[in-house]
Amino acid sequence: MSAQPKDKSSQKPALRFRGRSFLALSLAPQQPLDAWLADLDAWLERSPGFFQGRAVILDVAALPAIDVASLRSFVADLDARGIRIMAIEGGDAGGAGLGLPPAIANGRDSQLPVAAPPRGKPAPPESTTLVIEDPIRSGQSVFHPRGDVVVMGSVSSGAEIVAGGSIHVYGVLRGRAIAGIAAQPGARIFCRKFEAELLAIDGLYKSADDIDPTAIGRSVSARIIDDALVVSPLD
Amino acid sequence: MAKVLVVTSGKGGVGKTTSTAALGAALAQMGQSVVVVDFDVGLRNLDLVMGAERRVVYDFVNVIQGEAKLAQALIRDKRIETLSLLPASQTRDKDALSEEGVARVMDELREKFDWVICDSPAGIERGASLAMRHADVAVVVTNPEVSSVRDSDRIIGLLDSKTLRAERGERMEKHLLLTRYDRLRAERGDMLKTEDVLEILSIPLLGIVPESQDVLRASNIGQPVTVSGPDTAAGRAYADAARRLKGDPVPMTIPGEKTGFLGRLFGRRAA
Ligand SMILES: Nc1ncnc2c1ncn2[C@@H]1O[C@H](COP(=O)(O)OP(=O)(O)O)[C@@H](O)[C@H]1O
Ligand SMILES: [Mg+2]
Repeated sequence: MSAQPKDKSSQKPALRFRGRSFLALSLAPQQPLDAWLADLDAWLERSPGFFQGRAVILDVAALPAIDVASLRSFVADLDARGIRIMAIEGGDAGGAGLGLPPAIANGRDSQLPVAAPPRGKPAPPESTTLVIEDPIRSGQSVFHPRGDVVVMGSVSSGAEIVAGGSIHVYGVLRGRAIAGIAAQPGARIFCRKFEAELLAIDGLYKSADDIDPTAIGRSVSARIIDDALVVSPLD
Repeated sequence: MAKVLVVTSGKGGVGKTTSTAALGAALAQMGQSVVVVDFDVGLRNLDLVMGAERRVVYDFVNVIQGEAKLAQALIRDKRIETLSLLPASQTRDKDALSEEGVARVMDELREKFDWVICDSPAGIERGASLAMRHADVAVVVTNPEVSSVRDSDRIIGLLDSKTLRAERGERMEKHLLLTRYDRLRAERGDMLKTEDVLEILSIPLLGIVPESQDVLRASNIGQPVTVSGPDTAAGRAYADAARRLKGDPVPMTIPGEKTGFLGRLFGRRAA
C-alpha cells in the first residue's frame, strides 16, 4: 500500500453506478393460484434450496386481472416458501405500489450466444461448457446458467446441477439434474447410469416416482418432446 | 512432519470417538507419538473411552482462553507412554472454541507430536468445521446404511471445500473406515454392500470394523479396543487400519471372512 498524501477534495467518496446484468429465474404463475402453489410445493419438497439466494422475477403476464391485495398476498406466499421476488414483470407497471417489489419490463429470455459467422481469422469461441472432474457430493449445488455442464464423476443423492443448457454425467446420476433453465427447450440430460431423484428441462420436470422404473440403472437421455419430458435408454 | 488427522462422519453414533481412541492407541502402540483431541465441546466422550475422565484438570477451552498452558491440559495415557489426550470441556458450549485459538493450539500440537487426531462432533456445523479445518488427512467413519452414507458424502464435499488444504488448492487425503459392519445382516441384504458404499463415496477404503461386543466392553472399561482386545476382530481391524494410515501395505479383510479378497478392490480404489 502506498501512503500518498491525499488532498481534501479527493477524500470524498465518489458515488458510482454500475450497470450489471445477470440471470434471474422467472416464475410465471397461472390461475388457479392454489393449484399452482401446490405444484410449487411439490417441486420444493424435492429441491428445497432451489430458489435460495437466487434472483427471482415474478412474471404476472398470465394473471392480467389480479388486484394489488391478491398480488401482495401471493408474494407473501412465495416469501413464506423462501422465494424472494426481486421484481415483478408483465403487469401494469404503475399499479404495483408500496410493499411490492418494483415493476420491470423488457426482460429477455436468455439464450446461449449464437456464434457470429466467421470473418477473416476468427478468435476461438469462448467455451460455455463447464467440465467438472470431481464427483458432486450430497448438499453441493452446481449452478451454471449460461451453458452446458459435464460431470466426469457421479452426482450424489442430495446434490444438484442446474445448467442453462444440457447436462452430461459420465458417472451415476443419483441427485437432481435441472437443464435448460436459460429457456432452452432443446437442452438434454445424458447420464451413464440413471438413478436420479429429479430431472427437469426448461421448467418441465419429473421426479423419480414419475419415471419409468425400467430406466433405472441404465444409460439414458432425457429431452422434451411435445411439451413432455421423455426419458429414453441409450442402449 | 506431524500429520493432523480428523475423524469425522456427519452422523452421530457411527463410531467416531471409538475410532479416534482405537486408531490413536494403535499408532502409539507402534511407537508413534500421538495426541487425540476431543472437539466435541459440551458432549465430551473421548476421556471416558480412554479411561482418563478422573484425570481431567484443564481442557481445550482453558488452553484457548489462556487459562492454562497446553502442557497442563494434556493428559498422558497410563498404559501407552507415547499417547496423550487433550480433553474437551464438558461445561462450556461449542462457541468457546475460537478460530484463532484452535489454529494456535493445532500449531503447537504439530510441534510436539507425530499425529494429531481430532475427534469431530456430529453434524456439519461450527464444531465439525473447526475439527476438520486444519486436517491433512481425514478418516470418514461410515456405517453401511443409507443415511450414514449420505452424511459422509456431504462431509466429503465439505472436506474438499472448507478445509485450509482445500482453500490452498491442495488435495485432501480421505479414507473410508466402515464400522459396525455386520456380516450376517450384510448377507441378508439388511445393510448396504461394501462395494455399494465404496462406489457411492468413491474414496479409498482404510478398513472394515465389525459390529462387536468387544467394542462396547472396551469403552465400558475405559480402554481403546486395540488395548483391551488386541486379538479381537475389532482390535485387529483397527490395528490394520492404523498401519495403512502409516503407509504400510496390509491386505484388506472383511470381518468374519478368512480370505482377503478385498485387496484387489482396495488397490483399485486407491485413487
Ligand atoms: N464396532 C462397534 N461395535 C459395537 N458397538 C460400537 C462399535 N463402534 C461403536 N460402537 C458403539 O456405538 C456407540 C457410538 O459410538 P461413538 O464412537 O461414541 O460414536 P460417535 O463418536 O460417532 O458419536 C457407542 O456406544 C459405541 O460403543
Ligand atoms: Mg463422539
